Amino acid sequence: MKLNKNNYRYDFPIIANWVKPNSKVLDLGCGDGELLNYLKKERNITGYGIEKDPDNWLKSLKTGINVLQVDLEVGLSEFEDDSFDVVILSKTIQSMHNTEEILNEMLRVGKQVIVTFPNFGYWRDRIQSVQGVMPKSKELPYSWFNTPNVHLCTIKDFDDLCKLNRYKIVDRLVLTDTKSVRFFPNLLGALALYNLVNR
Amino acid sequence: MTLKKNIGIVKPEIFKSLNPLRLQSGKILKEYNLIYETYGTLNKKKDNAVLVCHALTGNHHLAGRYSSKDKCPGWWDNLIGPNKPLDTNKFFVIGINNLGGSDGSSGPKSINKQTKKPWGADFPIVTVEDWVNSHEALITSLNISKLAGVVGGSLGGMQVIQWAIRFPEKIKHAVVIAAAPNLTAQNIAFNEVARQSIITDPDFNTGNYYETNTPPRRGLRIARMLGHITYLSDDVMESKFGRKLKNKNYQYDFKTEFEIESYLNYQGDKFAKEFDANTYIRMTKALDYYDPSNGSKRNLSKVFKKIKSKFLVISFTSDWRFSPGRSKEIVKALLDNNIDVKYAEITATSGHDAFLMEEPRYHTILKSYFNSML
Repeated sequence: MKLNKNNYRYDFPIIANWVKPNSKVLDLGCGDGELLNYLKKERNITGYGIEKDPDNWLKSLKTGINVLQVDLEVGLSEFEDDSFDVVILSKTIQSMHNTEEILNEMLRVGKQVIVTFPNFGYWRDRIQSVQGVMPKSKELPYSWFNTPNVHLCTIKDFDDLCKLNRYKIVDRLVLTDTKSVRFFPNLLGALALYNLVNR
Repeated sequence: MTLKKNIGIVKPEIFKSLNPLRLQSGKILKEYNLIYETYGTLNKKKDNAVLVCHALTGNHHLAGRYSSKDKCPGWWDNLIGPNKPLDTNKFFVIGINNLGGSDGSSGPKSINKQTKKPWGADFPIVTVEDWVNSHEALITSLNISKLAGVVGGSLGGMQVIQWAIRFPEKIKHAVVIAAAPNLTAQNIAFNEVARQSIITDPDFNTGNYYETNTPPRRGLRIARMLGHITYLSDDVMESKFGRKLKNKNYQYDFKTEFEIESYLNYQGDKFAKEFDANTYIRMTKALDYYDPSNGSKRNLSKVFKKIKSKFLVISFTSDWRFSPGRSKEIVKALLDNNIDVKYAEITATSGHDAFLMEEPRYHTILKSYFNSML
Protein backbone atom coordinates (compact mmCIF):
# COMPACT_ATOMS: atom_id res chain seq x y z
CA MET A 1 0.00 0.00 0.00
CA LYS A 2 1.36 3.37 -1.02
CA LEU A 3 0.66 6.23 1.30
CA ASN A 4 0.79 9.86 0.54
CA LYS A 5 3.35 11.58 2.73
CA ASN A 6 2.04 15.04 3.39
CA ASN A 7 1.22 17.19 6.37
CA TYR A 8 -1.42 14.75 7.59
CA ARG A 9 -0.78 11.92 9.94
CA TYR A 10 -0.04 8.80 7.95
CA ASP A 11 -2.95 6.86 9.41
CA PHE A 12 -5.48 9.41 8.14
CA PRO A 13 -5.76 8.08 4.55
CA ILE A 14 -6.50 4.59 5.87
CA ILE A 15 -9.22 5.91 8.14
CA ALA A 16 -10.60 7.93 5.22
CA ASN A 17 -10.69 4.74 3.12
CA TRP A 18 -12.98 3.16 5.68
CA VAL A 19 -15.31 6.15 5.86
CA LYS A 20 -18.02 6.35 3.21
CA PRO A 21 -18.54 9.75 1.52
CA ASN A 22 -21.05 12.09 3.21
CA SER A 23 -20.99 10.10 6.46
CA LYS A 24 -21.88 11.56 9.81
CA VAL A 25 -18.79 11.14 11.96
CA LEU A 26 -18.03 11.46 15.68
CA ASP A 27 -14.34 11.77 16.57
CA LEU A 28 -13.57 11.05 20.22
CA GLY A 29 -10.52 12.93 21.43
CA CYS A 30 -10.43 15.01 18.25
CA GLY A 31 -7.40 17.07 19.34
CA ASP A 32 -6.98 20.11 17.13
CA GLY A 33 -9.61 18.81 14.69
CA GLU A 34 -7.09 17.71 12.07
CA LEU A 35 -8.69 14.33 11.33
CA LEU A 36 -12.22 15.72 11.06
CA ASN A 37 -11.02 18.46 8.72
CA TYR A 38 -9.14 15.86 6.66
CA LEU A 39 -12.29 13.74 6.41
CA LYS A 40 -14.36 16.81 5.54
CA LYS A 41 -12.02 17.48 2.63
CA GLU A 42 -11.56 13.90 1.47
CA ARG A 43 -14.97 12.42 2.25
CA ASN A 44 -17.28 15.41 2.63
CA ILE A 45 -18.32 14.24 6.07
CA THR A 46 -20.32 16.15 8.66
CA GLY A 47 -19.95 15.62 12.35
CA TYR A 48 -18.70 16.46 15.76
CA GLY A 49 -15.52 16.12 17.75
CA ILE A 50 -15.13 15.60 21.47
CA GLU A 51 -12.13 17.18 23.16
CA LYS A 52 -11.50 17.69 26.86
CA ASP A 53 -8.24 19.66 26.70
CA PRO A 54 -8.98 23.43 26.62
CA ASP A 55 -6.08 24.32 24.29
CA ASN A 56 -6.93 21.62 21.76
CA TRP A 57 -10.61 22.50 22.09
CA LEU A 58 -9.86 26.09 21.09
CA LYS A 59 -7.72 24.95 18.15
CA SER A 60 -10.62 22.82 16.94
CA LEU A 61 -13.03 25.73 17.34
CA LYS A 62 -10.76 27.96 15.26
CA THR A 63 -10.83 25.49 12.37
CA GLY A 64 -14.63 25.46 12.46
CA ILE A 65 -15.09 21.99 13.95
CA ASN A 66 -18.24 21.27 15.97
CA VAL A 67 -16.24 20.55 19.07
CA LEU A 68 -17.78 19.53 22.38
CA GLN A 69 -15.93 19.67 25.68
CA VAL A 70 -17.16 16.50 27.28
CA ASP A 71 -15.36 13.94 29.43
CA LEU A 72 -15.36 10.63 27.53
CA GLU A 73 -14.86 8.70 30.75
CA VAL A 74 -18.48 9.36 31.71
CA GLY A 75 -19.74 7.85 28.47
CA LEU A 76 -21.63 9.22 25.51
CA SER A 77 -24.99 9.90 27.13
CA GLU A 78 -25.48 12.99 24.93
CA PHE A 79 -25.74 10.72 21.90
CA GLU A 80 -28.60 8.51 20.81
CA ASP A 81 -28.22 4.88 19.62
CA ASP A 82 -27.03 4.56 16.01
CA SER A 83 -26.95 8.34 15.63
CA PHE A 84 -23.62 8.30 13.75
CA ASP A 85 -22.40 6.44 10.68
CA VAL A 86 -18.88 6.30 12.08
CA VAL A 87 -17.39 6.82 15.54
CA ILE A 88 -13.60 7.17 15.67
CA LEU A 89 -11.20 6.75 18.57
CA SER A 90 -7.79 7.53 17.14
CA LYS A 91 -4.73 6.96 19.35
CA THR A 92 -6.76 7.74 22.45
CA ILE A 93 -7.86 4.36 23.83
CA GLN A 94 -4.54 3.80 25.61
CA SER A 95 -5.13 6.86 27.79
CA MET A 96 -8.66 5.93 28.84
CA HIS A 97 -9.69 4.42 32.15
CA ASN A 98 -13.05 2.91 31.16
CA THR A 99 -11.77 1.25 28.03
CA GLU A 100 -14.38 -1.47 27.70
CA GLU A 101 -17.22 0.93 28.53
CA ILE A 102 -16.21 3.45 25.89
CA LEU A 103 -15.95 0.74 23.21
CA ASN A 104 -19.45 -0.44 24.07
CA GLU A 105 -20.67 3.14 24.00
CA MET A 106 -19.05 3.74 20.60
CA LEU A 107 -20.73 0.64 19.18
CA ARG A 108 -24.05 1.81 20.63
CA VAL A 109 -23.81 5.29 19.09
CA GLY A 110 -22.11 4.42 15.80
CA LYS A 111 -23.00 1.94 13.08
CA GLN A 112 -19.29 1.65 12.40
CA VAL A 113 -16.37 2.13 14.77
CA ILE A 114 -12.75 2.86 13.96
CA VAL A 115 -10.12 2.40 16.66
CA THR A 116 -6.42 3.00 16.28
CA PHE A 117 -3.73 2.47 18.92
CA PRO A 118 0.01 2.01 19.31
CA ASN A 119 0.83 -1.72 19.42
CA PHE A 120 2.57 -2.53 22.66
CA GLY A 121 3.68 -5.84 21.18
CA TYR A 122 5.95 -4.04 18.69
CA TRP A 123 9.45 -5.57 18.76
CA ARG A 124 11.16 -2.30 19.72
CA ASP A 125 8.92 -2.06 22.77
CA ARG A 126 9.55 -5.71 23.60
CA ILE A 127 13.33 -5.25 23.44
CA GLN A 128 13.17 -2.30 25.81
CA SER A 129 11.02 -4.34 28.19
CA VAL A 130 13.56 -7.16 28.11
CA GLN A 131 16.29 -4.59 28.76
CA GLY A 132 14.41 -3.70 31.90
CA VAL A 133 13.04 -0.26 30.99
CA MET A 134 9.56 1.01 30.11
CA PRO A 135 9.34 1.25 26.31
CA LYS A 136 9.55 4.60 24.52
CA SER A 137 9.06 5.02 20.79
CA LYS A 138 7.71 7.30 18.09
CA GLU A 139 4.20 6.11 18.91
CA LEU A 140 4.85 6.10 22.66
CA PRO A 141 6.99 9.16 23.28
CA TYR A 142 6.38 9.49 27.02
CA SER A 143 8.42 8.46 30.03
CA TRP A 144 6.76 6.18 32.56
CA PHE A 145 6.42 9.03 35.04
CA ASN A 146 4.63 11.51 32.80
CA THR A 147 2.68 9.32 30.41
CA PRO A 148 -1.07 9.86 29.98
CA ASN A 149 -1.28 6.22 28.88
CA VAL A 150 -2.85 3.85 31.36
CA HIS A 151 -4.21 1.02 29.21
CA LEU A 152 -1.61 0.02 26.66
CA CYS A 153 -2.32 -3.18 24.79
CA THR A 154 -1.00 -5.40 22.02
CA ILE A 155 -2.78 -6.39 18.84
CA LYS A 156 -3.35 -9.84 20.32
CA ASP A 157 -4.85 -8.29 23.45
CA PHE A 158 -7.25 -6.20 21.39
CA ASP A 159 -8.23 -9.18 19.24
CA ASP A 160 -9.01 -11.09 22.43
CA LEU A 161 -11.16 -8.21 23.74
CA CYS A 162 -13.08 -8.13 20.44
CA LYS A 163 -13.65 -11.88 20.68
CA LEU A 164 -14.72 -11.67 24.31
CA ASN A 165 -17.23 -8.89 23.65
CA ARG A 166 -18.19 -10.19 20.22
CA TYR A 167 -17.16 -7.04 18.39
CA LYS A 168 -17.21 -7.78 14.69
CA ILE A 169 -13.91 -6.85 13.01
CA VAL A 170 -14.49 -5.86 9.37
CA ASP A 171 -10.94 -4.74 8.66
CA ARG A 172 -7.66 -4.61 10.46
CA LEU A 173 -4.55 -2.88 9.25
CA VAL A 174 -1.18 -2.72 10.92
CA LEU A 175 1.45 -0.12 10.09
CA THR A 176 5.05 0.61 10.86
CA ASP A 177 5.91 4.14 9.80
CA THR A 178 4.03 4.35 6.52
CA LYS A 179 4.26 0.68 5.54
CA SER A 180 1.58 -1.91 5.93
CA VAL A 181 2.73 -4.95 7.95
CA ARG A 182 1.40 -8.37 6.90
CA PHE A 183 3.80 -10.80 8.59
CA PHE A 184 3.85 -11.13 12.37
CA PRO A 185 1.90 -7.89 12.77
CA ASN A 186 1.89 -8.11 16.57
CA LEU A 187 5.70 -8.21 16.50
CA LEU A 188 6.51 -6.00 13.53
CA GLY A 189 3.65 -3.46 13.62
CA ALA A 190 3.82 -0.15 15.47
CA LEU A 191 0.27 1.10 14.92
CA ALA A 192 -2.95 -0.92 14.70
CA LEU A 193 -6.12 0.23 12.99
CA TYR A 194 -9.43 -1.58 13.47
CA ASN A 195 -12.68 -1.18 11.60
CA LEU A 196 -15.56 -2.63 13.65
CA VAL A 197 -19.31 -2.75 13.16
CA ASN A 198 -22.16 -2.99 15.61
CA ARG A 199 -24.56 -5.82 14.95
CA MET B 1 -1.33 44.44 18.12
CA THR B 2 -4.67 46.20 18.20
CA LEU B 3 -5.58 47.90 21.41
CA LYS B 4 -8.84 47.27 23.20
CA LYS B 5 -10.72 50.51 23.53
CA ASN B 6 -13.74 51.64 25.41
CA ILE B 7 -16.75 52.61 23.46
CA GLY B 8 -16.96 56.17 24.78
CA ILE B 9 -20.13 58.16 25.35
CA VAL B 10 -23.37 56.46 24.35
CA LYS B 11 -27.01 57.47 24.15
CA PRO B 12 -30.13 55.33 24.33
CA GLU B 13 -32.98 55.48 21.82
CA ILE B 14 -36.68 54.67 22.08
CA PHE B 15 -38.64 52.30 19.85
CA LYS B 16 -42.36 53.09 20.04
CA SER B 17 -44.66 50.33 18.91
CA LEU B 18 -48.28 51.15 18.21
CA ASN B 19 -48.99 47.57 17.20
CA PRO B 20 -50.67 45.63 19.99
CA LEU B 21 -48.60 42.82 21.48
CA ARG B 22 -50.53 39.71 22.41
CA LEU B 23 -48.85 38.37 25.54
CA GLN B 24 -48.46 34.74 26.48
CA SER B 25 -50.76 35.31 29.43
CA GLY B 26 -53.55 36.21 26.99
CA LYS B 27 -53.45 39.89 27.88
CA ILE B 28 -52.72 42.51 25.25
CA LEU B 29 -50.31 45.43 25.46
CA LYS B 30 -51.95 47.96 23.14
CA GLU B 31 -48.77 49.91 22.67
CA TYR B 32 -45.35 49.81 24.23
CA ASN B 33 -41.94 51.41 24.26
CA LEU B 34 -38.59 49.69 24.24
CA ILE B 35 -35.47 51.60 25.18
CA TYR B 36 -32.34 50.38 23.41
CA GLU B 37 -28.75 51.22 22.61
CA THR B 38 -26.61 50.40 19.61
CA TYR B 39 -22.85 50.40 19.17
CA GLY B 40 -20.82 50.19 15.97
CA THR B 41 -22.25 50.64 12.49
CA LEU B 42 -24.79 48.60 10.61
CA ASN B 43 -23.12 47.71 7.31
CA LYS B 44 -24.74 48.13 3.87
CA LYS B 45 -25.82 44.50 3.66
CA LYS B 46 -27.25 44.81 7.18
CA ASP B 47 -25.74 41.45 8.09
CA ASN B 48 -23.46 42.40 10.97
CA ALA B 49 -26.05 43.00 13.69
CA VAL B 50 -25.73 41.19 17.03
CA LEU B 51 -28.45 41.36 19.67
CA VAL B 52 -27.33 40.96 23.28
CA CYS B 53 -30.12 39.87 25.65
CA HIS B 54 -29.89 40.85 29.29
CA ALA B 55 -30.36 38.70 32.39
CA LEU B 56 -32.35 39.24 35.58
CA THR B 57 -31.07 42.68 36.59
CA GLY B 58 -29.50 43.91 33.36
CA ASN B 59 -30.78 46.40 30.85
CA HIS B 60 -30.13 47.94 27.42
CA HIS B 61 -26.98 49.71 28.59
CA LEU B 62 -24.42 47.10 27.58
CA ALA B 63 -21.31 49.22 27.18
CA GLY B 64 -19.91 52.73 27.25
CA ARG B 65 -20.81 55.61 29.55
CA TYR B 66 -23.47 58.32 29.47
CA SER B 67 -21.06 61.14 30.28
CA SER B 68 -17.42 61.63 31.11
CA LYS B 69 -18.41 61.78 34.78
CA ASP B 70 -20.35 58.49 34.63
CA LYS B 71 -18.71 56.19 37.18
CA CYS B 72 -19.88 52.83 35.83
CA PRO B 73 -19.89 51.67 32.23
CA GLY B 74 -22.58 49.37 30.79
CA TRP B 75 -22.87 45.91 32.34
CA TRP B 76 -20.99 44.01 29.62
CA ASP B 77 -18.38 46.66 28.87
CA ASN B 78 -15.55 44.12 29.26
CA LEU B 79 -16.93 42.21 26.26
CA ILE B 80 -18.19 44.91 23.92
CA GLY B 81 -16.16 47.67 22.28
CA PRO B 82 -13.52 48.38 19.66
CA ASN B 83 -11.19 45.34 19.44
CA LYS B 84 -12.92 43.71 22.39
CA PRO B 85 -14.27 40.14 21.93
CA LEU B 86 -17.56 41.48 20.52
CA ASP B 87 -15.77 44.00 18.33
CA THR B 88 -17.80 47.12 17.52
CA ASN B 89 -15.42 47.85 14.62
CA LYS B 90 -16.99 44.82 12.95
CA PHE B 91 -20.40 44.35 14.53
CA PHE B 92 -23.47 46.48 15.06
CA VAL B 93 -24.40 45.56 18.62
CA ILE B 94 -27.90 46.08 20.02
CA GLY B 95 -29.04 46.06 23.64
CA ILE B 96 -32.72 46.26 24.57
CA ASN B 97 -34.33 46.77 27.99
CA ASN B 98 -36.96 44.05 28.24
CA LEU B 99 -40.64 44.77 28.71
CA GLY B 100 -41.43 44.95 32.41
CA GLY B 101 -38.05 46.59 32.97
CA SER B 102 -37.64 49.87 34.76
CA ASP B 103 -34.99 51.66 32.73
CA GLY B 104 -37.15 53.20 30.02
CA SER B 105 -39.05 50.33 28.42
CA SER B 106 -42.72 49.92 29.20
CA GLY B 107 -43.01 48.39 32.64
CA PRO B 108 -44.63 48.80 36.05
CA LYS B 109 -42.83 52.11 36.59
CA SER B 110 -43.90 53.67 33.27
CA ILE B 111 -47.11 55.61 32.79
CA ASN B 112 -50.26 53.75 31.80
CA LYS B 113 -51.79 56.01 29.14
CA GLN B 114 -55.32 55.10 30.14
CA THR B 115 -54.99 55.98 33.82
CA LYS B 116 -52.20 58.56 33.38
CA LYS B 117 -50.59 56.93 36.42
CA PRO B 118 -47.72 54.45 36.77
CA TRP B 119 -48.81 50.93 35.89
CA GLY B 120 -47.62 49.51 39.19
CA ALA B 121 -49.31 46.21 40.01
CA ASP B 122 -51.41 46.41 36.82
CA PHE B 123 -48.52 45.92 34.45
CA PRO B 124 -49.04 42.43 33.03
CA ILE B 125 -46.69 39.55 33.67
CA VAL B 126 -44.41 39.21 30.65
CA THR B 127 -42.49 36.12 29.56
CA VAL B 128 -39.37 35.23 27.61
CA GLU B 129 -41.63 34.56 24.63
CA ASP B 130 -43.16 38.04 24.90
CA TRP B 131 -39.73 39.65 25.11
CA VAL B 132 -38.49 37.88 22.00
CA ASN B 133 -41.63 38.84 20.06
CA SER B 134 -41.12 42.48 21.03
CA HIS B 135 -37.38 42.32 20.24
CA GLU B 136 -38.25 41.07 16.80
CA ALA B 137 -40.52 44.05 16.17
CA LEU B 138 -37.70 46.41 17.13
CA ILE B 139 -35.12 44.57 14.99
CA THR B 140 -37.51 44.68 12.01
CA SER B 141 -37.98 48.42 12.54
CA LEU B 142 -34.21 48.80 12.07
CA ASN B 143 -34.58 47.06 8.66
CA ILE B 144 -32.54 44.09 9.83
CA SER B 145 -33.96 40.92 8.32
CA LYS B 146 -31.40 38.54 9.81
CA LEU B 147 -29.24 38.90 12.91
CA ALA B 148 -25.64 37.70 12.63
CA GLY B 149 -26.00 36.57 16.20
CA VAL B 150 -28.04 36.64 19.37
CA VAL B 151 -26.00 36.42 22.58
CA GLY B 152 -27.05 36.07 26.20
CA GLY B 153 -26.17 34.61 29.58
CA SER B 154 -28.52 33.12 32.19
CA LEU B 155 -32.03 34.50 31.56
CA GLY B 156 -30.46 36.19 28.51
CA GLY B 157 -29.48 32.71 27.26
CA MET B 158 -33.10 31.61 27.51
CA GLN B 159 -34.04 34.49 25.22
CA VAL B 160 -31.38 33.34 22.75
CA ILE B 161 -32.91 29.84 22.74
CA GLN B 162 -36.36 31.36 22.22
CA TRP B 163 -35.07 33.50 19.32
CA ALA B 164 -33.71 30.36 17.62
CA ILE B 165 -36.99 28.49 18.12
CA ARG B 166 -39.39 31.32 17.28
CA PHE B 167 -37.54 33.04 14.43
CA PRO B 168 -35.33 30.36 12.85
CA GLU B 169 -34.94 32.35 9.63
CA LYS B 170 -33.87 35.53 11.38
CA ILE B 171 -30.84 34.40 13.39
CA LYS B 172 -27.57 33.00 12.04
CA HIS B 173 -25.76 32.26 15.29
CA ALA B 174 -26.97 31.63 18.81
CA VAL B 175 -24.57 32.07 21.73
CA VAL B 176 -26.07 30.59 24.90
CA ILE B 177 -24.03 31.12 28.07
CA ALA B 178 -24.65 29.74 31.59
CA ALA B 179 -28.26 28.98 30.74
CA ALA B 180 -30.79 26.13 30.93
CA PRO B 181 -33.79 24.99 28.92
CA ASN B 182 -35.95 25.64 32.01
CA LEU B 183 -35.53 26.17 35.74
CA THR B 184 -35.15 23.37 38.27
CA ALA B 185 -37.37 23.20 41.37
CA GLN B 186 -34.44 24.51 43.43
CA ASN B 187 -34.12 27.54 41.16
CA ILE B 188 -37.84 28.28 41.32
CA ALA B 189 -37.60 27.91 45.09
CA PHE B 190 -34.90 30.59 45.31
CA ASN B 191 -37.01 32.88 43.13
CA GLU B 192 -40.05 32.37 45.32
CA VAL B 193 -38.14 33.27 48.49
CA ALA B 194 -36.92 36.43 46.74
CA ARG B 195 -40.46 37.31 45.65
CA GLN B 196 -41.94 36.61 49.06
CA SER B 197 -39.41 38.87 50.75
CA ILE B 198 -40.54 41.68 48.43
CA ILE B 199 -44.26 40.99 48.41
CA THR B 200 -44.48 40.71 52.21
CA ASP B 201 -42.61 43.98 52.76
CA PRO B 202 -45.38 46.33 54.01
CA ASP B 203 -44.03 49.06 51.74
CA PHE B 204 -44.76 46.91 48.69
CA ASN B 205 -48.48 47.72 48.88
CA THR B 206 -49.35 45.06 46.25
CA GLY B 207 -46.99 46.80 43.85
CA ASN B 208 -48.44 50.31 44.01
CA TYR B 209 -45.68 52.22 45.78
CA TYR B 210 -44.63 54.75 43.14
CA GLU B 211 -47.05 57.54 44.06
CA THR B 212 -46.27 57.29 47.75
CA ASN B 213 -42.60 56.89 46.89
CA THR B 214 -42.18 54.08 49.39
CA PRO B 215 -40.32 51.37 47.49
CA PRO B 216 -40.07 48.06 49.41
CA ARG B 217 -36.35 48.41 49.97
CA ARG B 218 -36.14 45.94 52.85
CA GLY B 219 -37.66 43.16 50.78
CA LEU B 220 -35.64 43.94 47.68
CA ARG B 221 -32.48 44.05 49.75
CA ILE B 222 -33.05 40.57 51.15
CA ALA B 223 -33.97 39.24 47.71
CA ARG B 224 -30.67 40.53 46.36
CA MET B 225 -28.67 39.15 49.27
CA LEU B 226 -30.16 35.72 48.65
CA GLY B 227 -29.46 36.04 44.93
CA HIS B 228 -25.84 36.94 45.57
CA ILE B 229 -25.27 33.84 47.67
CA THR B 230 -26.54 31.63 44.88
CA TYR B 231 -24.56 33.37 42.12
CA LEU B 232 -21.28 32.63 43.88
CA SER B 233 -19.73 29.26 44.58
CA ASP B 234 -18.89 27.93 48.02
CA ASP B 235 -15.20 27.93 47.03
CA VAL B 236 -15.06 31.54 45.88
CA MET B 237 -16.90 32.73 49.00
CA GLU B 238 -14.45 30.80 51.13
CA SER B 239 -11.41 32.23 49.36
CA LYS B 240 -12.78 35.80 49.22
CA PHE B 241 -14.24 36.01 52.72
CA GLY B 242 -13.68 32.86 54.72
CA ARG B 243 -14.34 33.67 58.36
CA LYS B 244 -12.71 37.08 58.12
CA LEU B 245 -14.08 39.54 60.69
CA LYS B 246 -14.96 43.21 60.33
CA ASN B 247 -13.43 43.95 63.73
CA LYS B 248 -10.56 42.30 65.52
CA ASN B 249 -12.73 40.34 67.95
CA TYR B 250 -16.28 39.09 68.17
CA GLN B 251 -18.66 41.85 69.32
CA TYR B 252 -21.38 39.54 70.64
CA ASP B 253 -24.22 41.55 69.10
CA PHE B 254 -26.30 41.52 65.90
CA LYS B 255 -24.33 44.10 63.99
CA THR B 256 -22.16 43.05 61.09
CA GLU B 257 -19.57 40.63 62.41
CA PHE B 258 -18.16 38.79 59.42
CA GLU B 259 -16.86 40.20 56.11
CA ILE B 260 -19.35 38.11 54.17
CA GLU B 261 -22.21 39.78 56.07
CA SER B 262 -20.77 43.17 55.31
CA TYR B 263 -20.47 42.28 51.62
CA LEU B 264 -24.05 41.01 51.37
CA ASN B 265 -25.44 44.00 53.26
CA TYR B 266 -23.56 46.39 51.02
CA GLN B 267 -24.73 44.64 47.85
CA GLY B 268 -28.30 44.51 49.16
CA ASP B 269 -28.38 48.21 50.06
CA LYS B 270 -26.86 49.29 46.77
CA PHE B 271 -29.29 47.21 44.77
CA ALA B 272 -32.37 48.26 46.76
CA LYS B 273 -31.60 51.91 45.96
CA GLU B 274 -31.13 51.30 42.25
CA PHE B 275 -33.52 48.57 41.21
CA ASP B 276 -37.29 48.40 40.96
CA ALA B 277 -39.04 45.73 43.02
CA ASN B 278 -41.92 45.25 40.56
CA THR B 279 -39.41 44.61 37.81
CA TYR B 280 -37.46 42.18 39.99
CA ILE B 281 -40.44 39.97 40.78
CA ARG B 282 -41.53 40.03 37.11
CA MET B 283 -38.08 39.03 35.85
CA THR B 284 -37.99 36.08 38.26
CA LYS B 285 -41.46 35.05 37.02
CA ALA B 286 -40.23 35.07 33.42
CA LEU B 287 -37.41 32.76 34.51
CA ASP B 288 -39.84 30.38 36.24
CA TYR B 289 -42.29 30.23 33.34
CA TYR B 290 -39.83 29.62 30.52
CA ASP B 291 -40.04 26.00 29.44
CA PRO B 292 -40.19 25.52 25.67
CA SER B 293 -40.48 21.73 26.01
CA ASN B 294 -43.07 21.63 28.81
CA GLY B 295 -40.76 19.81 31.17
CA SER B 296 -39.81 16.95 28.90
CA LYS B 297 -36.22 16.44 27.82
CA ARG B 298 -37.35 14.38 24.83
CA ASN B 299 -39.67 17.17 23.79
CA LEU B 300 -36.82 19.67 23.65
CA SER B 301 -35.40 17.79 20.66
CA LYS B 302 -38.77 18.12 18.94
CA VAL B 303 -39.02 21.81 19.78
CA PHE B 304 -35.54 22.34 18.30
CA LYS B 305 -36.48 20.69 15.00
CA LYS B 306 -37.01 23.91 13.08
CA ILE B 307 -33.86 25.62 14.35
CA LYS B 308 -31.57 26.81 11.55
CA SER B 309 -28.96 28.78 13.47
CA LYS B 310 -25.58 27.51 14.59
CA PHE B 311 -24.89 27.35 18.33
CA LEU B 312 -22.13 28.06 20.77
CA VAL B 313 -23.04 26.82 24.26
CA ILE B 314 -20.87 27.70 27.26
CA SER B 315 -21.13 26.62 30.90
CA PHE B 316 -18.98 27.16 33.99
CA THR B 317 -17.85 24.33 36.26
CA SER B 318 -18.72 26.03 39.57
CA ASP B 319 -22.11 27.39 38.43
CA TRP B 320 -24.70 25.54 40.50
CA ARG B 321 -27.72 27.65 39.57
CA PHE B 322 -27.28 26.92 35.86
CA SER B 323 -24.98 23.92 36.02
CA PRO B 324 -23.04 22.43 33.10
CA GLY B 325 -25.51 19.53 33.12
CA ARG B 326 -28.30 21.93 32.15
CA SER B 327 -26.25 23.30 29.25
CA LYS B 328 -25.63 19.74 28.12
CA GLU B 329 -29.38 19.21 27.88
CA ILE B 330 -29.44 22.04 25.34
CA VAL B 331 -26.46 20.52 23.51
CA LYS B 332 -28.11 17.11 23.42
CA ALA B 333 -31.32 18.46 21.87
CA LEU B 334 -29.21 20.25 19.25
CA LEU B 335 -27.23 17.07 18.53
CA ASP B 336 -30.46 15.12 18.11
CA ASN B 337 -31.28 17.51 15.27
CA ASN B 338 -27.82 17.53 13.66
CA ILE B 339 -27.46 21.24 14.38
CA ASP B 340 -23.98 22.77 14.32
CA VAL B 341 -22.94 23.26 17.93
CA LYS B 342 -19.77 23.98 19.86
CA TYR B 343 -19.78 23.38 23.60
CA ALA B 344 -17.25 24.59 26.16
CA GLU B 345 -17.23 23.88 29.88
CA ILE B 346 -15.03 26.53 31.41
CA THR B 347 -13.18 25.90 34.64
CA ALA B 348 -14.10 28.84 36.85
CA THR B 349 -14.42 29.34 40.57
CA SER B 350 -16.84 32.25 40.61
CA GLY B 351 -20.10 30.34 40.07
CA HIS B 352 -22.95 31.72 37.98
CA ASP B 353 -21.37 35.19 38.05
CA ALA B 354 -18.51 33.85 35.90
CA PHE B 355 -20.38 34.72 32.73
CA LEU B 356 -19.89 38.43 33.46
CA MET B 357 -16.20 38.14 34.28
CA GLU B 358 -13.27 38.77 32.01
CA GLU B 359 -11.76 35.32 32.28
CA PRO B 360 -9.11 34.96 29.52
CA ARG B 361 -10.15 31.56 28.18
CA TYR B 362 -13.83 32.51 28.16
CA HIS B 363 -13.23 35.74 26.29
CA THR B 364 -10.83 34.08 23.84
CA ILE B 365 -13.52 31.54 22.98
CA LEU B 366 -16.13 34.26 22.47
CA LYS B 367 -13.76 36.35 20.35
CA SER B 368 -12.89 33.37 18.13
CA TYR B 369 -16.53 32.47 17.71
CA PHE B 370 -17.71 36.02 17.02
CA ASN B 371 -14.97 36.42 14.40
CA SER B 372 -16.20 33.26 12.69
CA MET B 373 -19.73 34.70 12.42
CA LEU B 374 -18.77 37.24 9.75
